Amino acid sequence: MNMLPLLITFVLAGLVCALMLSLSRLFGPRRPTPVKSEPFECGMDQMEQPRRQFSVKFSVVAMLFIVFDIEVAFLYPWAVMFRRLDVAGFLAVLVFLGLLTVAFVYAWRRGALEWN
Amino acid sequence: MWVDVLIILLKVLVVLLVLIHLGALLTWAERKQSAAIQDRIGPNRARIAGRAAMGLFHALADGIKMVTKEDFVPAGAHRTLHTLAPAAALFPALVVFAAIPFGDVLRIGERVIPLQIADLNVGIVYIFAISSMAVYGTMLAGWASNNNYALLGGLRASSQMISYEITMGLSIIGVLMIYESAQLNVIVQKQGELLWGFLPKWGIVVQPAAFFLFLAAAMAENKRVPFDLPEGESEIIGYFVEYSSMKFAMFFLAEFVEIVIVSGLVATLFFGGWQVPYLYADGFHWPFGLGVWQLPHLLVVLLQVAAFGFKVLIGCWVLLTVRWTLPRFRYDQVMHLGWKILLELAFVNLLITAVVVLLIT
Repeated sequence: MNMLPLLITFVLAGLVCALMLSLSRLFGPRRPTPVKSEPFECGMDQMEQPRRQFSVKFSVVAMLFIVFDIEVAFLYPWAVMFRRLDVAGFLAVLVFLGLLTVAFVYAWRRGALEWN
Repeated sequence: MWVDVLIILLKVLVVLLVLIHLGALLTWAERKQSAAIQDRIGPNRARIAGRAAMGLFHALADGIKMVTKEDFVPAGAHRTLHTLAPAAALFPALVVFAAIPFGDVLRIGERVIPLQIADLNVGIVYIFAISSMAVYGTMLAGWASNNNYALLGGLRASSQMISYEITMGLSIIGVLMIYESAQLNVIVQKQGELLWGFLPKWGIVVQPAAFFLFLAAAMAENKRVPFDLPEGESEIIGYFVEYSSMKFAMFFLAEFVEIVIVSGLVATLFFGGWQVPYLYADGFHWPFGLGVWQLPHLLVVLLQVAAFGFKVLIGCWVLLTVRWTLPRFRYDQVMHLGWKILLELAFVNLLITAVVVLLIT
């Protein structure tokens, strides 16, 4: 019973999305031409294939994100139980945060956060 | 049993309809407000029965126009993902509101109806889990379009969104510590307490730094000006350049629904949600010994829902106004701000809150 409202929300929201996706299929025209279906590139022919290698910085950001997002997820239960865990809990989390800070400082010093 | 399901269905329908319509109305509000700020007239042509209603019908006209446009998929695009991406952007925005309470409980006879779709005990985690799914929409749109600009825009958008998500998550940990719950309705209820007998214990009062961090991070998540470099309509081509008709409208609508969501979250976490200062289940309890005004239950519920709606609208208005107040960041500035300033500030705020809470208890 607790999850039923969520299920109903998901189904209805999914229906809204499906309806919107199909609306212009139903009512819109369909006149593709070779020129129209070219990928937009300011009227030029496409110079490079889009699915190519991209800057490694984006994957570094993605990796850092995973580390810190998991950290945040770990901190939520601690924050809710904070007063009951008292000083001992705080010190334990300080050790955890300290370790992550070392990693963060390392990434920073190695220039993982520099964009130019 | 069936009545319960019917009530849930009704609540979900009302919330979804309000979200979509408020999103559509915000497109009008944004255009009209930008016009006012730039000393233009703005939308004023669409008429129904000869009435322009301050251009209000443009939201409707835009919808009709979008529906009748060609749904176009560029050559070489991944058809399935290209079609799924707008849904992946809109769907999280629509379902995330399920955990946000828009009122306390409504009592009709024996029946107690919570004015919230799902009162999850991990409401905060649900909200972050679902809202981070929105990044798939931008990433898939950028990748599936077979367009260089779209790919680069998608990369920009997704790395910006994941960068600011950490700050967004970290900034509210202080709020969780103070209210000792991840359940949004409990957080709102605890904001009804009073500090020193007169000051409502709202999030903005006990966690002011967290409010600004959260707002900044949420705006970056939402990809709004000044963080609109994934898709700056005026100059930078972004991830949905190859989208037309309703698919484009879905990205657009998702952005405006997200504005409503962000305002709803800010109101819930920092401005007391549905709380009206000094208003409790049986009426107003004025501070300084000014007595009690008894109010009927229905009026109290109405006042609370109206207060929540009012706070959300104020939040939307602030978010729309910021657009005409700040210039756009450069990409390195966005990443610098997110990783080197806001993240550290969120950490410092977290540690200070922890120490202060420990000292008080």
